[in-house]
Amino acid sequence: MTAYRVYSKEEWTSAVKALESHYQVFVPVKDGDFHLFGLLSEGKRPDFDFQNTHLSPKSIVYPQSERMFEYSLDGEDPDAHMLKEAPKDFSPRAIVGIRPCDALAFQRVRVNFDTPRYRDPWWVSRFESTTFVGLGCNAPEATCFCTSVGGGPFSEAGLDVLLYDLGDRFLAKVLTSKGDGLLKKALGGMEADGTLVRQAESLALKVTEAMPAVVPVDGLKDKSVLELFEAPFWEDVAFGCINCGTCTYLCPTCWCFDIQDEVLGKSGDRIRNWDSCMFPLFTLHGSGHNPRGGKVARVRQRFMHKLKYYLDKYNEGVQCSGCGRCVRSCPANIDIRQVAELMNSL
Amino acid sequence: MLHYTEKIREIAGRLLKQGVVDVFIGYRKGSVPMMNNPLLIRDPGSTDLLYWDSNCALNLCNYLTGRKDRIGIVATGCVSRNIVTHIVENQISRSQLYVVGIPCTGMISHRAVIRAVGGREIIEFEEQGERFLVRGRDFEEIFEKNDFLQSNCAVCRYPNPVLYDEMLGERVPGYEGDDVYRDVEKVEQMSSEDRRGFFSRMISRCIRCYACRDACPLCYCPTCFVDESRPQWVGKSIDPVDTMTFHLLRAFHCAGRCTDCGACERACPMGIPVRQFTKKLNKDVQELFSWEAGLGLEQRPPLDVYRQDDYDGFIR
Repeated sequence: MTAYRVYSKEEWTSAVKALESHYQVFVPVKDGDFHLFGLLSEGKRPDFDFQNTHLSPKSIVYPQSERMFEYSLDGEDPDAHMLKEAPKDFSPRAIVGIRPCDALAFQRVRVNFDTPRYRDPWWVSRFESTTFVGLGCNAPEATCFCTSVGGGPFSEAGLDVLLYDLGDRFLAKVLTSKGDGLLKKALGGMEADGTLVRQAESLALKVTEAMPAVVPVDGLKDKSVLELFEAPFWEDVAFGCINCGTCTYLCPTCWCFDIQDEVLGKSGDRIRNWDSCMFPLFTLHGSGHNPRGGKVARVRQRFMHKLKYYLDKYNEGVQCSGCGRCVRSCPANIDIRQVAELMNSL
Repeated sequence: MLHYTEKIREIAGRLLKQGVVDVFIGYRKGSVPMMNNPLLIRDPGSTDLLYWDSNCALNLCNYLTGRKDRIGIVATGCVSRNIVTHIVENQISRSQLYVVGIPCTGMISHRAVIRAVGGREIIEFEEQGERFLVRGRDFEEIFEKNDFLQSNCAVCRYPNPVLYDEMLGERVPGYEGDDVYRDVEKVEQMSSEDRRGFFSRMISRCIRCYACRDACPLCYCPTCFVDESRPQWVGKSIDPVDTMTFHLLRAFHCAGRCTDCGACERACPMGIPVRQFTKKLNKDVQELFSWEAGLGLEQRPPLDVYRQDDYDGFIR
């Protein structure tokens, strides 16, 4: 039987505080104009009154810059020119207050880093050491479209616990043993009775029903890749794009990276940095040739990857969780919802 | 500035129909409140897509670089100054352009508006002359536009296009106060340590997306220094030293060329006031060379001229 616990909002704050001795606890915090995930141990005050964090919690599992290896270039050093794994922190962490779209996003990204043939040891270790405590969305934003891409404001995909905000309290639904373990370490709260559970279920139903799937992606699977690639609309879609990395860096499902060596004196680091298909350097060959030398090709790549190649390759939906961050933050107002519609109706 | 929309459509239709231009560059109404989408049209039948209001704050000059066709373009004061700079720097030729000038009453800072409604989600925006209305799920507010101008627009001395083929309205007054650089002066008065701290804190949120660079019409180098790999001038991680290097070099590259259009700041997804860098350089250039960028086609920017009678000995 599914376990539910209920916490008054004050109790929940202390419960989260109590997790600190077991986890690195990441919580939504108000930081200037935005909410962002921050570490509770850095004295940040959790604020669960938000629609979504401005940046996704992607970097908690997959840092924007990560030292992979270190090495010495000192000829005197017997270990010179040997790559050694840089120290990394895989201690247990908890993301408390992650929205269901962002939890779904980790699932969509996982197919890239954790496959039967290849496992990215760092992404996987950090992912596995993370407990995801979701917070259902009572008030999705106008730019949200999770229900169109296989998620929902109370979707449980990829979560260990799902919280329902019931006004003066949180109802916590335990979804996995990892989630059960986390709630046992949190203090306070009590078993929830059936009335509260029904209240939560009807809240979830009401919000979900008010959010019909409006972004069409159902026809994409059957479209021809080449026809989409050569579609007449790309130039118009791409015109306003300034080719910055806002969409890809704010996106919870963009995973591309670049590997760089940085050397200071006689020691060096091999670093993995987020990269973006919007940047010319992303595809620049050593020869000087760039197969995606122009803006239109780069913009097309981003949408084709998310809405077609990914879908064709994994058959697990599109590479988008409907969080709407790119829609809200694109300086040129390029809207993936409109592009999906164009592609779907080609 | 909504009322310019009809006129822009009319003129674009006329220019395209008569074959005066091959393409027309303006804005399309955005899908999100207070965001519009730069647009290029070729077909005189699609001029209805064109739109104008006080949220057209990316610099359209950015879309001219390297074009070979004849272009109609909507330009406010700052955009026209960037077009001048583009012409002077040989990025576009005057004869290719038909500039539709807009006497600009300023762009709205969407961030300031969101702040004023306590961060609540704005679902609708409606411009009503010098006021605008914003609506959310459970609120509605009317604001005076002048209280919510982007900080560069609030002190803009050149709201009227300096170069145009046709003007859409009566000229509007520019800012006449002598405190345009008050923010820069505050930073100048800091000790060097404090100043370093100020700038470091300012960019601590930078995610290296380069939106500031990409929104800037001045940044047209075929390969930006951050994208050079042989040699590599700057690290690509989010190490604070590399991030600072990027911002400082970007700003210096704009010295004597920046029109303070504010596109960089508008584009920054993290709300970093990146103009604090470029504005200081604008002030320096004004003090050292009595120069403001993009005011006329006759003179080259001070940092790209060589004169044998230069008063600085080191360069002679």
